[in-house]
Amino acid sequence: MSVLKYLLQKEFRQIFRDPAILRIIFMMPALQLIIIPMAADFEVRNVNLAVADHDHSAYAQQMVQKIKSSGYFKLIHYSSTYQDALKNIESDKADVVLEIPSNFEKNIIREDHTSLFIAVNAVNGMKANLGAAYLQSIIQDYNNQIRLKWIQFPKIPPQTNIEVTVSNWFNPMLNYKYFMVPAVLATLLTMVGSFLTALNIVREKEIGTIEQINVTPIKKYHFILGKLIPFWILGLVVLTIGLIIMRFFYQIHPIGNILVVYFFAAIYLLCVLGLGLLISTYADTQQQAMLISFFLLMIFILLGGLFTPIDSMPSWVQKLTWFNPVSYFIDVVRMVVLKGSGLSDIKNHIFIIVGFAIFLNSWAVWNYKKTN
Amino acid sequence: MAAVIVENISKKYQVEKTKVTALNGISFEVAKGELFGIVGPDGAGKTSLFRILTTLLLADAGAARVEGYDVVKDYKEIRKTVGYMPGKFSLYQDLSVEENLDFFATIFNTSISENYDLIKDIYQQIEPFKKRRAGKLSGGMKQKLALCCALIHKPSVLFLDEPTTGVDAVSRKEFWEMLQRLKLQGISILVSTPYMDEASLCDRVALMENGKILAIDKPSIINSKFSKPLWAVQSNNMFALLKSLKNWEAVSSCYSFGEFYHVVMKSEEKGSREIEEFLMKNQFQEIVIKQIDANIEDSFMALMHTSNE
Repeated sequence: MSVLKYLLQKEFRQIFRDPAILRIIFMMPALQLIIIPMAADFEVRNVNLAVADHDHSAYAQQMVQKIKSSGYFKLIHYSSTYQDALKNIESDKADVVLEIPSNFEKNIIREDHTSLFIAVNAVNGMKANLGAAYLQSIIQDYNNQIRLKWIQFPKIPPQTNIEVTVSNWFNPMLNYKYFMVPAVLATLLTMVGSFLTALNIVREKEIGTIEQINVTPIKKYHFILGKLIPFWILGLVVLTIGLIIMRFFYQIHPIGNILVVYFFAAIYLLCVLGLGLLISTYADTQQQAMLISFFLLMIFILLGGLFTPIDSMPSWVQKLTWFNPVSYFIDVVRMVVLKGSGLSDIKNHIFIIVGFAIFLNSWAVWNYKKTN
Repeated sequence: MAAVIVENISKKYQVEKTKVTALNGISFEVAKGELFGIVGPDGAGKTSLFRILTTLLLADAGAARVEGYDVVKDYKEIRKTVGYMPGKFSLYQDLSVEENLDFFATIFNTSISENYDLIKDIYQQIEPFKKRRAGKLSGGMKQKLALCCALIHKPSVLFLDEPTTGVDAVSRKEFWEMLQRLKLQGISILVSTPYMDEASLCDRVALMENGKILAIDKPSIINSKFSKPLWAVQSNNMFALLKSLKNWEAVSSCYSFGEFYHVVMKSEEKGSREIEEFLMKNQFQEIVIKQIDANIEDSFMALMHTSNE
């Protein structure tokens, strides 16, 4: 036991003596948590709008004013020919062109009917889609507004109207950050847990200290535990830093019990530490370990439901995400923080992660034995 | 019983589809309390041999015992009884001198104070820097620290893999003096070196080349087996001298050694007179020729020469 204690002491000494690792452990989570959720906001704003107005009437002016005041659009071009407006799309200055035909006002008043044309720059599909949809709903709204002014609606409308009211559960303001921050936290924990561990062990291989250790009577499991325990503790420290940032910087008050998150993180860390150990048994240099980690991290993040919902992926990709431990942790953090889920709600997640932990660690130990 | 017994050890490495033989049926014994040197050029197989004896590598064939323990079956016992100092400095560079020593003492379940008398001579030289990180030490200091760490658990056999490579001449001399003192404490020492001059400091040496042992004996006996007369030759134009000597059919071998060329003739009848005549004929001036006793390097060159033929 004293050997393990001493191994841990040595490990912590080395970690706290390496300014690069300290910076990674304490600065990285803080910076990532503060920057990434701000950048990864999927709400579409600042859609650049070009208007080709052939009418120049008061109604057309009013409508453009209404679009501008919605806050979603920036009017960057206003001309009287469609060609001019389209040039802005071609040079990527505008995202949407709205063409107002001549006699726009006259047709509304005289014939109760007119049409508009919207041309969308679809290079960025999502911005185009949402931009066009916003524009349509604003114009619809404007349409109702002028109809209201002109026609007195009868008490019982001639057509049946279905009115839809939406209530947003768990995230009433549809604040995107509520969704992102817990997920970024999960990714951070994965990085610290698996990749720092892998790099640390591979470093001993690269410098040759593992040779020196191997000729001593240190037992393999002592050595492995001596490597894993420090990063298990560091993982929980990073989680704490992350939760503090979430609470005080983003003002996200977790609805569920935060101890549930810690409990799950403690098990989850065993799983990612096993992954780190596994990487270290395959990599001989820190560079190799780094590249493997980078590759895995990309997959974990993109298949983890961090940016895009897993439910909207093709079904065979959805099946792949079952093998991604990060997706379970992201899920659990969101469930506990936003929905207030308790232990019984996440028990399936716990079983799966325990399974992953056993699988990854056994594989790592098996491979470690084989190479030595 | 011998401290180390090696019987027919062979090891091959797979290097890009071809097999490279690192060790080819090596056998030798090291007596208790002996300072045994393994001398050979780079790539002779010295490190492979050490890694097999310290249980870091498995041999393809053959058996080896260290202090009576089999290197495969009883590897746990061996790890408790031997000290190993790899050729590459492999202590923790980011821990201080004291922390490194303390660490290796603890993992062997001992403490610095318990075996302090063993390392005292060596440790005192680096003690002024005990708070300094190991990575910031000079080459010679690193060697001393590594030796301390290998000794801290009072091993009965010490394996030193090229301990003096890359160390200055003064530190090398000091290092060998330390080894002589350790020998007096009853520790059996196996040391490998590419430097021929160090071989004469060992009790016995094994000359190794291409995975084979060319000769094992006391350095003086190996030298006395050198049968032919040996001539040291010098002249004004050393480069041209080497060329013409090598092209002379009467010469068996010729190689540079310090300021001289060492020349072995094919027939023992030919002596300094014949060499001088030959050189005069080839317009060399300031010719110096003297007969010398063979040293270990000459023996090694001769052995290599015969084994290659």
